[in-house]
Amino acid sequence: MATSEKNTIEELDISKEYQYGFHDDITPKFKSRKGLDESVINEMCDIKGEPDWMREYRLNAYQIFKQKPMTKWGGDLTQLDFDDIYYYVKASDRSERSWDDVPDDIKKTFDRLGIPEAERKFLAGVGAQYDSEVVYHNIVEELDKIGVVFLDTDTAIKEYPDLVKKYFGTIIPSADNQFAALNSAAWSGGSFVYVPPGVKVEYPLQAYFRINSENMGQFERTLIIADEGSQVHYVEGCTAPTYSSESLHSAVVEIVCMKGSRVRYTTIQNWANNVYNLVTKRAFAYEDAQMEWVDGNLGSKLTMKYPSVYMMEPGARGDILSIAFASKGQHQDAGAKVYHCAPHTTSQITSKSISKDGGRSSYRGWVDVAKGAKGCKSHVVCDALILDKDSRSDTYPVIEIGESDTNIEHEARVSKIGEEQLFYLMSRGLSEEEASTMIVNGFIEPLVKELPMEYAVEMNRLIQLQMEGSVG
Amino acid sequence: MSKDLVIKDLHISVQGEPIIKGLNLSVKQGEIHALMGPNGSGKSTLANSLMGHPLYEIDSGEVIFDGADVLDLEPNERAKLGLFLAFQYPTTIPGVSLANFLRLAVSAVRGKSENGSGNDGLIPMREFRRELRDKMKQLGVDDSFARRYLNDGFSGGEKKRAEILQLAMLEPKIAILDETDSGLDIDAVRIVGESVSSLIGPDLGVLIITHYPRLLDYIRPEFVHILLDGRIVESGGWELTQMLETEGYEPIREKHGITDKEE
Repeated sequence: MATSEKNTIEELDISKEYQYGFHDDITPKFKSRKGLDESVINEMCDIKGEPDWMREYRLNAYQIFKQKPMTKWGGDLTQLDFDDIYYYVKASDRSERSWDDVPDDIKKTFDRLGIPEAERKFLAGVGAQYDSEVVYHNIVEELDKIGVVFLDTDTAIKEYPDLVKKYFGTIIPSADNQFAALNSAAWSGGSFVYVPPGVKVEYPLQAYFRINSENMGQFERTLIIADEGSQVHYVEGCTAPTYSSESLHSAVVEIVCMKGSRVRYTTIQNWANNVYNLVTKRAFAYEDAQMEWVDGNLGSKLTMKYPSVYMMEPGARGDILSIAFASKGQHQDAGAKVYHCAPHTTSQITSKSISKDGGRSSYRGWVDVAKGAKGCKSHVVCDALILDKDSRSDTYPVIEIGESDTNIEHEARVSKIGEEQLFYLMSRGLSEEEASTMIVNGFIEPLVKELPMEYAVEMNRLIQLQMEGSVG
Repeated sequence: MSKDLVIKDLHISVQGEPIIKGLNLSVKQGEIHALMGPNGSGKSTLANSLMGHPLYEIDSGEVIFDGADVLDLEPNERAKLGLFLAFQYPTTIPGVSLANFLRLAVSAVRGKSENGSGNDGLIPMREFRRELRDKMKQLGVDDSFARRYLNDGFSGGEKKRAEILQLAMLEPKIAILDETDSGLDIDAVRIVGESVSSLIGPDLGVLIITHYPRLLDYIRPEFVHILLDGRIVESGGWELTQMLETEGYEPIREKHGITDKEE
């Protein structure tokens, strides 16, 4: 703590009105000043007590970030001001809010989503003591018995320095893109998971259980290593709106799927409408390994996210299921990337997007087959549903084939909710809104049925909320 | 009290072209009517308009159901009053299981006050499942129907059976069957015909719209009407279907001085 005081630490401005009317009753002890530079990074490293290699890693990434020009493709980032963002707030010093301060409409949303009482308080930023800590503790004990490590990444650096150092930044190097560089310089929190050879984790590991840790930060960094023949399903996010006082969320998720392993990574995120959600997610799949991304994006101002799988050795498989819901003032630039780097590798991309009330959704996809990678198969399906004439959908598929012995299929469909579908459902007693909601829920069913039960239920309710008042 | 469907001097056009030109018809609960006419006579226009399809313009006339004019009502409001349309071409709703759809539909039509429905306004799951299972058994519909996505990948016969299952579940006062026999082979017509027949009773009035009398072998109507050029030109009993079977529409056309638009 002493080291932190010599650096520039700003008292949190308690008068600041956060979006949705939250304000803090208790002043956190410290928070870095706005903007990012070497001193902020050094300060962060000091507070966290990080090893020198991580400090160097961050500072190096910061140099790369500074040199990267502003990203021009994807969505409109011209309003994003990197100097107007707090890069580090110590989680344990995050504010306590009173439940009474939570606006009624947000309480109502929790109600409608059926979020348990204790979780609501956490999600609304009320109370740092969350009951799930106990649940998490029990889970960690269980996992410990089978050798599985499930920690926040900050703790993992201290407890498993060699393991983290070996893989950190190897899947997504700092120089990969502007936002990977930013995350590499400023990251905090996220999960570290290691599954030993042959171990199959029977239930999904949910970041949700440890939301009291620094997991829901803006720049989380997640690293999952599935050793040979292991199996794990990781779930992050939740369907409840994630309220953030900051406008940038830029995570990096790296996954290593060793020979014969199987990893599924499920994300459901519903960001507040002021958030730029710019995330890099990538997995390397080795011999006969299987990587599955299930990625649901709601909310945010702009989301740019393209989970990718590099199939490094024969028999590897990558499956990506992506769903985006773009509503008023939102741009979901989502998609998937698959790289067939070895022969006899297989990929499947399923993208579904919904645009409503002037929202814009784009599919951006990349299928790459390396020269000599014979016998690869890739199947891409893009479905877009446009709910009204003000809304928009685009697809930007790129296919790079360096090998003729390849089987690639790409299907794209754009549909509107048909008058005939509405009439049919309404003739059975459903209101126009119920009918539209049912059609949308049916459209995203392929994603929802892949979700753990409680997420599936919430997802359907969330779509219902999104559709409310959508019919004039 | 019996709920009657009364159509008075109804005129309907599609994109400015008059299709139904002054049609009068009355169907009471418990009665079975057949409305027969060749292609292009306005049968489907009438069926869809009675249910409130937005494509069709009602130029004049009245449709009274249960004492109220329904022409200003949305399709779902008509359904709640007890009107049902079995579609000629049922639409596909991918990703929505027949069971989930029917639970919402049944709950909507019956209203929240009855059946002790839960907080979500839906008929309790167990009660619904039991009822659905019973009705599927009664109609000889395979259990897998409930889990399948609504009309998605259904054969022509399966679609029509799903329509009849919906009819059975929604328990309307008046059901309109729009060309329910079209596109079906002989066996499928028999199955659908017997299914509808098993639902017939004093509480259900049926208007069967068809251009071909074979479905009527299974659901024998008491009243038969012939629709030509947007008007009912003949009304009678079973003998009319017999006449059509042997002579076709031509003698009736000649009698009323109507030329066949199909030719």
